[in-house]
Amino acid sequence: MTAGDMTKVATTNGTTPSAPAKGANKAGAIANWADERLGLGTTMKKNLRKVFPDHWSFMLGEIALWSFVVVLLTGVFLTLWFDPSMTEVHYDGSYDPLRGVEMSSAMASTLDISFDVRGGLLMRQMHHWAAHIFIASMMIHMLRVYLTGAFRKPRELNWVIGCLLLLLGTIEGFTGYSLPDDLLSGTGVRAADGFMKASPVVGTYMSFFLFGGEFPGDAIIPRFYVMHILLIPGILLALIVAHMLLLVYHKHTQWAGPGRTEQNVVGYPMLPVYAAKAGGFFFIVFGTIALLGGLFSLNPVWKYGPYDPSKVTAGSQPDWYMGWPDGLLRIIPAWETHIFGINFSWNVMLPILVAPPLLLMVLIALPFLEAWITGDKREHHLLQRPRDVPTRTAIMVALMTFYGLSWAAGGNDIIAIKMHLSINQITYFLRGAVFIGPVIAFMITRRWCISLQRHDEGKLLHGYESGVLVRSPDGGYAEKHLPLAEGTAYTLTARDRDLTPETVEEIEASGLAGRQVRLRKLRAKLQEKFYSDNVQKPTAEELHDAQHHAEHELHELESQIENGPNRHGPTPGH
Amino acid sequence: MSDAHNNDDHGGELEPVEPIADPGLPEHTWRPTDVDPAKEKRAERQVAGFFGLSAICTFLFLVAYFTLDIGDNWHVIAGFGASTMALGASLGFALLFIGVGIIHWARKLMADHEMVEMRHSARSADEDRETTLQALNDGLEESGIGRRPLIRNSLLGATGLLGLPAIVLLRDLGPLPGDKLEHTIWGQGTKDKPMRIVRDGIWTPILASDLEIGDLVNAQPDALKNPERYGIDPIEVEGIPLQVHKSKASLVLLRMNPDDITPGKDAKGNSRENWDVEGIVAYSKICTHVGCPISLNERTTHHLLCPCHQSTFDLADSGKVVFGPAGRPLPQLPISVDAEGYLVAQSDFDEPVGPTYWERDYYDRW
Ligand code: HEM
Ligand code: FES
Repeated sequence: MTAGDMTKVATTNGTTPSAPAKGANKAGAIANWADERLGLGTTMKKNLRKVFPDHWSFMLGEIALWSFVVVLLTGVFLTLWFDPSMTEVHYDGSYDPLRGVEMSSAMASTLDISFDVRGGLLMRQMHHWAAHIFIASMMIHMLRVYLTGAFRKPRELNWVIGCLLLLLGTIEGFTGYSLPDDLLSGTGVRAADGFMKASPVVGTYMSFFLFGGEFPGDAIIPRFYVMHILLIPGILLALIVAHMLLLVYHKHTQWAGPGRTEQNVVGYPMLPVYAAKAGGFFFIVFGTIALLGGLFSLNPVWKYGPYDPSKVTAGSQPDWYMGWPDGLLRIIPAWETHIFGINFSWNVMLPILVAPPLLLMVLIALPFLEAWITGDKREHHLLQRPRDVPTRTAIMVALMTFYGLSWAAGGNDIIAIKMHLSINQITYFLRGAVFIGPVIAFMITRRWCISLQRHDEGKLLHGYESGVLVRSPDGGYAEKHLPLAEGTAYTLTARDRDLTPETVEEIEASGLAGRQVRLRKLRAKLQEKFYSDNVQKPTAEELHDAQHHAEHELHELESQIENGPNRHGPTPGH
Repeated sequence: MSDAHNNDDHGGELEPVEPIADPGLPEHTWRPTDVDPAKEKRAERQVAGFFGLSAICTFLFLVAYFTLDIGDNWHVIAGFGASTMALGASLGFALLFIGVGIIHWARKLMADHEMVEMRHSARSADEDRETTLQALNDGLEESGIGRRPLIRNSLLGATGLLGLPAIVLLRDLGPLPGDKLEHTIWGQGTKDKPMRIVRDGIWTPILASDLEIGDLVNAQPDALKNPERYGIDPIEVEGIPLQVHKSKASLVLLRMNPDDITPGKDAKGNSRENWDVEGIVAYSKICTHVGCPISLNERTTHHLLCPCHQSTFDLADSGKVVFGPAGRPLPQLPISVDAEGYLVAQSDFDEPVGPTYWERDYYDRW
């Protein structure tokens, strides 16, 4: 570790040990007291000045973390007034349009929080905004991790934990959304009841057990409440702690650059700079959520009214993160099979009971699949640019396309109204598009990445385009290319070469037989596909030759400029 | 190593980076606040200024809390209350100013030297691994678990069995479904007092002549408000039981030209031609997809649309699904009129209403 030259750092930091002040003495005494009991000196030795690299994209996970903290704080506030009971009462609070209306205590207490507890509506809206931000930032954070290859060895387990966090966050959001027992959330719960009933064999039993009898019963809100404030937050918290501990143990990944290698980590120390930036960022996230909660209304349950199984609001829609299975549910054809007096509701099972778990499994499996295909068992700490692994990037864009189209299907009625289309047309179009769209997206993305790689290679070999056009004596035009700065060129080349797949002969020569050989052949084929058409970085020799050539050309151009009709052209540095 | 063909050997260290040698970390440059005491002082004042602004906002929060009413004032300012808005804005800025202040402090005044720390492989040292493995083996050896399969297997079996209490204990979460999903309160009318159909919300019985062609009415069974008339204990139609009944018994009535109706067959294969009253048909309001109440009527086509996933049912043709994911027609309620001319149910639905479930068709006793 290098401490660096601190001679000029602002004196407010007190870099030279000043005469021990009273405060310092006290701090020392506390530290001593704690260390003699907890042995903190040893554990903290490395961690207090632990180095964290800096990049804007590393903030996405932090947003998720801090919005989770906000959700905990505001959620605890809500529990002080919220009454998770389905006992019917006559509402007699301040909101006159609903006064005297019969509703569950859950709904009535939600109205009390909104209208009779000062700051209550703010806290409710902050809680809900923070929930949105929590889930959205987890998703974007996950995209960042995937597209930069940060999930590779040794960080696969943190990827798995992240996937579970996303799942639990979604369930937590659904249970919370259901708690106020208003018309909109009740409609969602009713749909959930339908999903359960569609499960093979045990469906009706699951429904009767969860609801404590026939829908809606009087048990679902108290049971969701326990899941929402105890069970799931407990697991979420444990997983988040594990996520952070692993992060510290592995040390953060970093982007390649001069001095930043696979063997080191370059950045600011935990104390003070990183702690200050992260801590400051907590207040920024918290403050932003408070502004959103105060200024932008969210889930105005008083407008929907209490849940009534015979009523529904037009344009019923779940919170956005539940939208994509809902979309698949809308566009699937009405497939049900009735045989031997039993019922297979494919129209519900496939979009709700099969697709989301399947997508989750695919997400969890991604790092292991890639490692198996590439056969790469090395540790990686330098991030990769999405373009440098075209197939990986294309896989994620394909998944995103599937997600996006399914999500759009969840708003098919709104799209139909807004764009004056028939809902039938949209549905038929999307039925095809959710399958074809991802394939097209995959192909376009892969090609796009490869052309970006070519572009990088061009810059390395021929220099960057300076924008200066030079006319030669015989009337032709050429653009002046200037060599890249050393740091930039180094950064572009600081990546691995792709591994070379095994050949069929090699596999056959290995003396293995049967299944193993077939598996290795399959892997070799996939590996070939995974890497095909990628542009490798130039070798030292190629680079040398090309630079030589480029220098020569530059010389020519420059002498033309000196002598020719271009004398007025801009030639910076001359 | 990069070109090694044996992919199973790709563990270990990464190759050194080429083709360009690592130029090393760029040199550190001093910030204006590091070299100019005036700028440093100014930054210090700015940071403290942010904290001061935060304190002012906190004070404003307190003022807003104690001066602005909530209660019936909930609708002032864009419909969501001056209190919420003032509290949110003051709290938000109080927090933001602290955040901005701290980050400004970190950027301008704290040391900005990047530090370098070496990484270590996540794997433990070979020596440690061996020691651990040895300890594990010693421990297992001493327990004799490998040598005594009888103990091991009986322990595994006994512990596994403990899963049963864990599952069985959940049994009382709810009653068994029984035949509850097959019946609705419509079936509780009697010969001399068939169940009347009443308007939802105002609970008045309906004369056939009240409806014009094209009229759509949301309806409920009379028993929900008049249980005694049908010999039902009022307790059974209050609070939660009321919600349960509504979630199965809710009805839509639609009057159409009798000639438009194509009568289908009931569960026993008999024609449904007497199920309507002068073109008034009654269908379950609960979508057969996953159970939303159906609500949107296309006047010209007798089509009814579910707002949840747009399943569309044709009420002139036995509630057939004409579009969308629902797999079954809407159940139809056979209706007639009683002695006073009010619309009544002839019987219960002849099939379960609401979402499809696994054993639904099994009940062939309809
Ligand atoms: C990741 C974690 C969480 C998420 C995503 C989440 C999400 C939600 C959502 C969307 C609502 C509906 C709010 C509304 O009425 O508009 C809600 C309600 C509620 N949440 Fe959470 N929540 C989380 C954690 C917690 C925790 C930890 C607690 C308590 C310790 C809590 C307590 C409550 C309470 C009491 C309500 C009902 C109050 C009301 O709706 O007015 N939540 N939650
Ligand atoms: S619940 Fe009616 S279409 Fe899904």
